Amino acid sequence: MDERNLIPELYRKEYNKMVSVLCSRFGLPFMDTALDIVSDTFLSAAESWGLKGVPENPTAWLYKVARNKALNAVKHDRIFQTQIRSDLSHDNAQNASGGQNVDIEIDLSPRNITDSQLQMMFAICHPLVPSEAQVSLALRVLCGFTIDEIATTLLTNKGNINKRLFRAKERLREGNIQLALPESAEISSRLDTVLVILYLLFNEGYYSASPDKVLRKDFCLEAMRLAYLLTEYGPTSQPRVHALIALMCFQASRFEARISQSGDMIVYEDQDNTLWDTALINQGNAFFVRASAAGEISRYHFEAAIAWWHTHQSNTREKWENILRLYNHLLIFEYSPMAALNRTYAFSRVYGKEGAIAEAEKLQLSGNLFYHSLLGELYGGVDDGMAIHHFKKALELAGTPPERTLLSNRLSLLTGSAGLPG
Amino acid sequence: MKEFSLIFRTSPNPDFNPTPAQMQEMMTGWSNWMGGIAARGQLASSGSRLGIREAKSVGPGGVVSDGPYTEIKEFINGFMTVKVNSVDEAVEIAKGCPMLQGDGNSVEVRRLVAPDDNE
Repeated sequence: MDERNLIPELYRKEYNKMVSVLCSRFGLPFMDTALDIVSDTFLSAAESWGLKGVPENPTAWLYKVARNKALNAVKHDRIFQTQIRSDLSHDNAQNASGGQNVDIEIDLSPRNITDSQLQMMFAICHPLVPSEAQVSLALRVLCGFTIDEIATTLLTNKGNINKRLFRAKERLREGNIQLALPESAEISSRLDTVLVILYLLFNEGYYSASPDKVLRKDFCLEAMRLAYLLTEYGPTSQPRVHALIALMCFQASRFEARISQSGDMIVYEDQDNTLWDTALINQGNAFFVRASAAGEISRYHFEAAIAWWHTHQSNTREKWENILRLYNHLLIFEYSPMAALNRTYAFSRVYGKEGAIAEAEKLQLSGNLFYHSLLGELYGGVDDGMAIHHFKKALELAGTPPERTLLSNRLSLLTGSAGLPG
Repeated sequence: MKEFSLIFRTSPNPDFNPTPAQMQEMMTGWSNWMGGIAARGQLASSGSRLGIREAKSVGPGGVVSDGPYTEIKEFINGFMTVKVNSVDEAVEIAKGCPMLQGDGNSVEVRRLVAPDDNE
């Protein structure tokens, strides 16, 4: 391990696990304390390792120190002493006789670390918690991002993130949500919520307009890691989980190609294919094979299949016919405005712009940024006046600088003038 | 929003022997037609296609007969449900049904009875 990045790397890798293990042992109400303890542990590491050198096994050091801090906190926490300790005492009968030396074991086996993370994932993605808050809490607790990092990538301020985290924790408390894996009868519906949140989390990284490209990629990788955890646990290793990871792999394969050095978005048509990550595409293929093994079908299957066709470099008619057919299936399965717009784009690739304009205008999505930018694209070369009209509409609706730059460039191609300063 | 079922009726056409390419085209036509309806958020239910095998008609007194068969006129071979503002909108959708390229076929548009309907 490169020692210059040792602490950031350990933080990214171990923070979330340590929090999950501590919460799993002491319960969800312990979450705030657990977050403090783990942050504090890293602070101790920075001081101690700086002075005395890095220990032989830094990870073990972190867990040991966090464990001691947790036991110390438990000892000094009155609420814990009066309320929670009695619950714990039954499985520590030999130590429950009132002695001050509470010897509570914390199971640090890889198995328990994984189980704790799964339990935490299900607790955070409980349907009682609003999804915006779920995403923030998942990023904080399951992925170990700092509040600053979350705010940067979600393009908001720290105050907002803190509010969301507070709301999420409040809901968890009010709902008396336990850290436990759902009963087998419940697991399927609960899993659906988890997958929605993981997909949102991935998209937050993938579609974020934040200039911090590294951080955005980390968001995507974390979403993939969590989805992967679900495939490692029997009851949640379901075809739709594999389909979701396959989708993520196919999308992420274009990560390097879709953002320029200066942080601008590069549309699919203009991407440098050689930057597409074939290793990720191959991984996606492997997951997709597993997704298709059983008869189950989900929206992620359709979306993964669409994403798979997008990993094909040549723009054959066959490719776009298949993408259109899959969008038809996806929409019949489940409507979403984004799928309707993407279908219309695929329609234009198969049947030409005029036909697609007629399809688009029936969608009644006026006021949607992507609706106007799609119509701008479709009208280009057909009716430039209309194209300009729609790009200007889109520009009014565009929220982020990269979106504005992209649209201004499109407009300037039509009007022949220089793009607006981005 | 009101819901209307579109009921697909076909009539026998012995001259219709589509090539595989034409069949592929028909399939694409259905996919695009339904995909378009779904893309406008107007698909309430994709319904079902009705098979021709294992068709029976059951009458009073436990009388069971085979059929109907595809040889009969206006054989129902499927249905789906759309949600739109008016019967006219449902009719506009029906006009795009790829099945209507065949002579003798028709799409019946029928309003679904809602619980608060007294019509």
